Amino acid sequence: MSTLTLDPEARRVPPMGGFNLTVLGIELRRMLRNRRTIVFTLVIPAALLLSFGGQQGWDDKAGSGNVAAYILVSMSLYGAALTAAAGGSMVALERSLGWSRQLRLTPLNPVVYILMKAVVALVMGSLAILAVNATGKLQGKAEMPTHTWFACAAVTVFCTLTFAALGVFVGYVVPGENAMQILGPGLALLSFLGGVFIPLDQYSDVVRHVAYWTPMYGVSEIARSPLTHELPWFAVVNAVVWFALFVAGAAWRMSKDTARV
Amino acid sequence: MSLGQGTAQTAVTLSAVSLAGVSKDFGDVRAVREIDLTIAPGEIVAFLGPNGAGKTTTIDMILGLSHPTAGDVSVLGLRPRQAIARGLVSAVMQTGGLLKDLTVRETVAYTASLFADTRPVEEVLADAGITAIGDRRVGKCSGGEQQRLRFAMALLSDPALLLLDEPTTGMDVEGRRTFWSTIRADAEKGRTVLFATHYLEEADQYADRIVLISQGRIVADGSGAEIKALASGRTVRATLPAADTAALAALGGVDHVETRGDSVIVHAKDSDAVARYLLTQTPARDVEIAAKGIEEAFLSLTGHDEGANR
Repeated sequence: MSTLTLDPEARRVPPMGGFNLTVLGIELRRMLRNRRTIVFTLVIPAALLLSFGGQQGWDDKAGSGNVAAYILVSMSLYGAALTAAAGGSMVALERSLGWSRQLRLTPLNPVVYILMKAVVALVMGSLAILAVNATGKLQGKAEMPTHTWFACAAVTVFCTLTFAALGVFVGYVVPGENAMQILGPGLALLSFLGGVFIPLDQYSDVVRHVAYWTPMYGVSEIARSPLTHELPWFAVVNAVVWFALFVAGAAWRMSKDTARV
Repeated sequence: MSLGQGTAQTAVTLSAVSLAGVSKDFGDVRAVREIDLTIAPGEIVAFLGPNGAGKTTTIDMILGLSHPTAGDVSVLGLRPRQAIARGLVSAVMQTGGLLKDLTVRETVAYTASLFADTRPVEEVLADAGITAIGDRRVGKCSGGEQQRLRFAMALLSDPALLLLDEPTTGMDVEGRRTFWSTIRADAEKGRTVLFATHYLEEADQYADRIVLISQGRIVADGSGAEIKALASGRTVRATLPAADTAALAALGGVDHVETRGDSVIVHAKDSDAVARYLLTQTPARDVEIAAKGIEEAFLSLTGHDEGANR
């Protein structure tokens, strides 16, 4: 019988649970190769901006900018949310393909895997925001102070994490590649309800009171607050509670699923 | 345990796999029941048993993918997850486990980036013979190419222990032969290989040692020849109404006696003794003696002997 030549303790464990830039690079390249993602991320939000942004009264004053700027921030939130949700739904898809099990045979820590997915979702969300903002700049209608552009974009990026978690959750509930067929129309509906496409003061009292409870309402108020300088306390509560609910839902489905890895 | 074995163990022979009293329950289902198993470095061991015997459950515990309900699992003296984190253990899955929209090279690079130390990606691609299809999407690769990719991924970290679950399913004869000669060459360098299979022939041809598992228990453990000897013997069938099964079972070399209507069927190593007894001591007629096929022998070991051989 041959003897073991290696000392098991001499082998190294990777730092940071396996977090690395190679994986992030490959994941990003993968997203950008996907035509569907490109349409969701870059084309639809920009097209929506062009169609909504030219409506009557676009140059009326809104906070420290104009109505076109208000619409621009809303559309970039919608685009980024959709992108992040698409990214999140891939977690469940990868699990159903056995990729997560394959990764469990490597030193990669499952928490680090989710963390890297979140980073990818943030980067993709930023791209969506960038696409909408560039389109808005070219359109030349939106006006707000430069620091407000940046503040709105930065706040929006973090608001998208809520929808990345929603994507993970829905991905587990709806198996396979169908998750986006629910998330796409679902997010559009939530955006209408949450005052992303149409300001809430245009709705009847009943609809508006329902809208305050929906998940897009809180984040859209937060994303626009650098522009509007208004932020009702219940919008913040709304955003925090929905974020917590979606993260809890995603964690719950994932932990139920680990039994069969 | 003899004194000699005790001293051998203190002389730091680190076992590749060590299972001590390992059980795994899924609710009321007892998938694995008190398995004790030690595998030495460099051994090629076949885990042989029918579907649902507990092979995959046991492999999952060795990989740290699930935890035993009771008992201890250690791999190269470490907890399974610690061994995985050091790249000491890897496994090849039967199906799945690949992302269709990555290229072959990206898949290997992705996996390689997760280990602290790996062999160079290009070298691993070349060894697996998939350099030419490195830029092809995994979804466009054939089943055989995907299988080679899985092996490339498993060998990235130069593991000391390799687990294979039904590794040659879907391979042709030539592919199977090449595959096993590669595995044997690796084992000679000290790599331990544990593979699950439900083909006795494959276990017999390629493993140094066969561990026969049935209904969550180890029912036999030995070389291919030993396992075949256990399962050897013949079947004696005769027409004998109201056969005295107890008397038959008491004959030397009888494994198992069953009756079907007026027929009696005796599985025995010494079929001559059974036939002589039937013809001289009983009114039996139509005596037939048949050799047991290898698969039938396997079934008799895994099907009837539940716990009896322990």
